[in-house]
Amino acid sequence: MTDNVLQIEQASKTRGKLRVLDAVSLSVAPGERVALLGHNGAGKSTLIKAILGLTPLNGGRISVAGTAPGSGSARAATAFLPEAVSFHPALTGREQLTLFSRLAGARADVPALLDRVGLADALDRRIGTYSKGMRQRLGLAQVLLGRPRVALLDEPTSGLDPISRQDLYDIIDELAGQGTAVLIASHALTEVEARTDRIAILRRGVLVADDTLAGLSARAGLPIRLRIRAREDAGAIAEQTGGRRVNGASVEILCSPAEKMEALRRVAAMGEAVTDIDITPPRLEDLYRHYAQEVSQ
Amino acid sequence: MIRFLAIARTEMLILKRNRWLVVATLIMVLFALALTFAGSAPTGTLGVDMLTVSVASMTTLSVYLAPLLALMISFDAIAGEADRGSLALLLSYPAGRGEVLLGKFTAQLAALAFAMVIGFGSAGAVAAWSGGAGSDSLIALARLICTSVLLGAVFLTLGYLISALAPGTTAAAGMSAGLWLIFVVLYDLGLLGAVVMDQGGAFTQSVFPWVMVANPADAFRVWNIAASDGVALSSGMAGAARALPDWAAPVSLLVWPVLGFAAARAAFRRVEP
Repeated sequence: MTDNVLQIEQASKTRGKLRVLDAVSLSVAPGERVALLGHNGAGKSTLIKAILGLTPLNGGRISVAGTAPGSGSARAATAFLPEAVSFHPALTGREQLTLFSRLAGARADVPALLDRVGLADALDRRIGTYSKGMRQRLGLAQVLLGRPRVALLDEPTSGLDPISRQDLYDIIDELAGQGTAVLIASHALTEVEARTDRIAILRRGVLVADDTLAGLSARAGLPIRLRIRAREDAGAIAEQTGGRRVNGASVEILCSPAEKMEALRRVAAMGEAVTDIDITPPRLEDLYRHYAQEVSQ
Repeated sequence: MIRFLAIARTEMLILKRNRWLVVATLIMVLFALALTFAGSAPTGTLGVDMLTVSVASMTTLSVYLAPLLALMISFDAIAGEADRGSLALLLSYPAGRGEVLLGKFTAQLAALAFAMVIGFGSAGAVAAWSGGAGSDSLIALARLICTSVLLGAVFLTLGYLISALAPGTTAAAGMSAGLWLIFVVLYDLGLLGAVVMDQGGAFTQSVFPWVMVANPADAFRVWNIAASDGVALSSGMAGAARALPDWAAPVSLLVWPVLGFAAARAAFRRVEP
């Protein structure tokens, strides 16, 4: 466990009577990309602030690169992208990033970094003239300063267009590739699904899930969806497999992960009667709904 | 150690870019020149050179203007960053909160000092050129500039304190205005009332001067007046200053920025962005 660069054990935080974080334990290893999901007010941002040492915990402990959050070495090891980041409008992108570079003690090539996030043209323009997406990219550029060991990204894709989102996840992959532990708090489920190694779900301060996508779906026991296209008689296939006709030519079968191969063998045995088959595992959206609402139902 | 300089450099850039430096300097120059010309009348009757009279008028000006300018730049220092949402990011960097504050303080004090030197300096030069100056009055001018910067430093730190305590920029602006009113106007009015009520009793004799000098704005006044007979003569406010030892006003004015900075830092430490 000691190789986890970010280690959260039983972190608890109360704000008034509200339990914002309730015994949350989570760890991220170097090079791992972990998505932190949850509704608004589930405690994602509070957890990130606790990791940064900006808000004290009422219980439990957090260790960042082996040191206490908020300590000098923890802060030197951490990069942070706040939600809806903003900077002083009178400064230019270059000036703002130069300040951060000096604060981080990194001898960074500022123009190259800004070029990396697609702001080469806006280098010497005032941040006041930037669009929301450009400010977000500038925020991302400061994350790349000085090879952080832990990167905390709070809603990194908010305000970004689809192409910039792709770029963003490319940059996140690059970070993870050089050994940075990346924690991404997000609402954008479909992106997170494809581009992270592990998914943690917070519900009202409680960590209700922390596993890979496959692990989550196995535990949730949500059905896998097989869609079979029949050559001629979809009704017959529906009867044989116990599936449900969805349109004239297709049949849908829901089965558990354990039954999947069995179902596939049966379909394969039908030979020429089947022209095509699609297998859809449960989407993160289904899983998220399952875990995030488990108790309230 | 280099980190606070990085913050200071950026802060200076902001002060230059949002025209604050230019505007503050312009205000200082205009007011100082206006007072110098308006106050040039009593030169002959008092038998002092024009620069002395000018310094006396500018001392009165600085009591009001130095705290005002200082609060105007400092009230935004922490509350503004918090409102913008950039405070959490700034504090996630290795620079400590003390360093952040020191960086802002360094830049804003430098800007204030620049405005003071240019403002009082140009008015002093005009007075000296048109009405003469002696070594005494030149020293008085230098003292005025230095003490004005110190007074500004006091109110910069008090502005940071407010900025850390206030829930937002608007509240911080309001609280700064209140603070200025208390220190510069109401405090003296209160003391005046107490002295009138006391009718020259024990309070007026022994307590009043110390209570007065505890206020940095009054300490500034006392320091400038007590140290120069000419200035005291032309400002007619020497009585209270005589009742105090020479070190009282300088100590007050030197201790206040340190206390203010410590208090601001303590308050800043409790801020959760």
